[in-house]
Amino acid sequence: MEPLDFEKPLMEIEKNIVQLKEKALNEKIDFSETIAVLEKEVIEKKKQLYRNLSPDQRLKIARHPNRPNTLDYISFIFKDFIELHGDRVFGDDNAIIAGLATVGGHGVVVIGQQKGKDTKEKLFRNFGMAHPEGYRKALRIMQMASRFQVPIISFIDTPGAFPGISAEERGQASAIAVNLREMMSLKTPVICYVIGEGGSGGALGIAVGDKIVMLEHAYYSVISPEGCAAILWKTATKTPEAAQALKMTATDLHAFGIVDEILEEPLGGAHRNPQEMAQTIKLSIIQTIEEFSRLGGEALIRHRQEKFRQIGVYQTQALSQPSVSQTEMEIGPSPAFNKPVE
Amino acid sequence: MSFFGSKFNPFQTSKRKIPDGLFSKCPKCSQTIYNKEIDANLKICPKCEYHFTLGAWERINLMIDKGTFVEMDKSLISADPLNFQGPKTYPQKLSEDQEATGLNEAVICGLGNIMSIPVSFGVTDSRFIMGSMGSVVGEKLTRCIERGIEKKIPVVIVSGSGGGARMYEGCFSLMQMAKTSGALSRLSEAGMPFISILTNPTMGGVLASFASLGDIIIAEPDALIGFAGPRVIAQTVRQELPEGFQKSEYLLKHGNIDRVTNRRNLTQEVFQILQVLYQENRKEVGIEN
Repeated sequence: MEPLDFEKPLMEIEKNIVQLKEKALNEKIDFSETIAVLEKEVIEKKKQLYRNLSPDQRLKIARHPNRPNTLDYISFIFKDFIELHGDRVFGDDNAIIAGLATVGGHGVVVIGQQKGKDTKEKLFRNFGMAHPEGYRKALRIMQMASRFQVPIISFIDTPGAFPGISAEERGQASAIAVNLREMMSLKTPVICYVIGEGGSGGALGIAVGDKIVMLEHAYYSVISPEGCAAILWKTATKTPEAAQALKMTATDLHAFGIVDEILEEPLGGAHRNPQEMAQTIKLSIIQTIEEFSRLGGEALIRHRQEKFRQIGVYQTQALSQPSVSQTEMEIGPSPAFNKPVE
Repeated sequence: MSFFGSKFNPFQTSKRKIPDGLFSKCPKCSQTIYNKEIDANLKICPKCEYHFTLGAWERINLMIDKGTFVEMDKSLISADPLNFQGPKTYPQKLSEDQEATGLNEAVICGLGNIMSIPVSFGVTDSRFIMGSMGSVVGEKLTRCIERGIEKKIPVVIVSGSGGGARMYEGCFSLMQMAKTSGALSRLSEAGMPFISILTNPTMGGVLASFASLGDIIIAEPDALIGFAGPRVIAQTVRQELPEGFQKSEYLLKHGNIDRVTNRRNLTQEVFQILQVLYQENRKEVGIEN
């Protein structure tokens, strides 16, 4: 596995250990003490490194080509997955996967964006960037889950909804908006896992849930740091600064109350041990289903509405100046404006 | 989300027309027109019908019966929850736009009448941080929708937002999309209509939430309306965009909106729609059979 740039110093030590071990074996010299010291050092350094990553470094882990994706988790966590296709109107979007499965004795509906690992799969999945029919497929299947009281597990991993001609023509914004509204009134638990990239509205379109869980190195942002850098700094080279400014890490979002829980990743990131990561998520899923299944449909809706209703930070200004009324305002059109219009 | 509107700046035109002097150049037909003539014509170009951008108060004056508008939640102002560290700080950007527009945020909400029908009214001003939605815009619009539920009156929101969800407040802005949409789900349950009016431009996170959820969606002519900005789309798909792409008329043709309506007829049309959809009013004016 190719190391990320900030992992290289560690990789060097790891390489030394391997060489030392080989040497020990070949030349029958006992280096075990040195090796033990080095190994301990590596583990300590790793802990230091990965617990203190910059947002930009986390971004590289969140986008790591080997990072486990929705289909990996589906195969590790669930049994008897049956994929369901299509929005019954236009087509089937391969960027969003949906289906039925079981976990810990619970029947569930699984939804998730799939980015794809190799070039062929990436093209097939459109890099995890859904078209409107993807959001509509997800909603169709989630509404079915609501009818039959089946909990919904949603995996979020997308750079964003697809910015394309046909996506616009078929109502990309409308598809996302309708999901936001309709997911609010699903009468079944909706549990969301941001597993990699939480790219803006495209992510939110399947992320209105009772509990929002984020993996340690995942990000969730209103705009990609590249986009933000291009707009505010006018150069993509300021992406690390933008990643910092946007406060898009799990730790920040948890502190803001936007994310409910962070799941710790295996040391170095989920891609170092996908099975271990999957096990952590599986336990969380089972526990959360049991927690929320106790609530009835109406209570779930109230809880979900209230959860999003209270998000937002603002201040209340003391009004010192008299309020400007409609008729006495200074800026505005000429009086002709208020005349009845033919 | 604002990313998608990045390089394309739909305000270039509206900035040019802010009357510094006596004349403005129409961005569509390039005619030089006397400002008073534009103002007297509801800010519609007398030569080519181009709809200049209206400020929030101009919109209120256009649509709400004179003397009936009561502004609500005026005291809500933005905080800086991310302590945003950019080339400009968020408080700097806010005070700049407050000075330029005379508004304290990108939205004005209140109660008023549209041709005697009481409505809960909201309007975003695209001159204030590109009409983008942060916590204050999200909160004020949510309260605007909730007043519709409490008072059992229709909700009318006029959107003008090139910015979508506001970058400076990160995920707080993104979540306002879910918050406003959640409120509209409750409004719908309460049986009150929501009329969404789209003006030039309505983009990104604003369009991908409340603005797209109108029971009726009306756009002003020739407005830029889309999820992603045209430049970003052109870069992504590497092909030329179709003629009139993401304009009101294009959306109408593709079935995304109910109507494209000239500003001159907008108030009358909203009134007629509410007469039919708003049951309470129907009883009062006695058109119930």
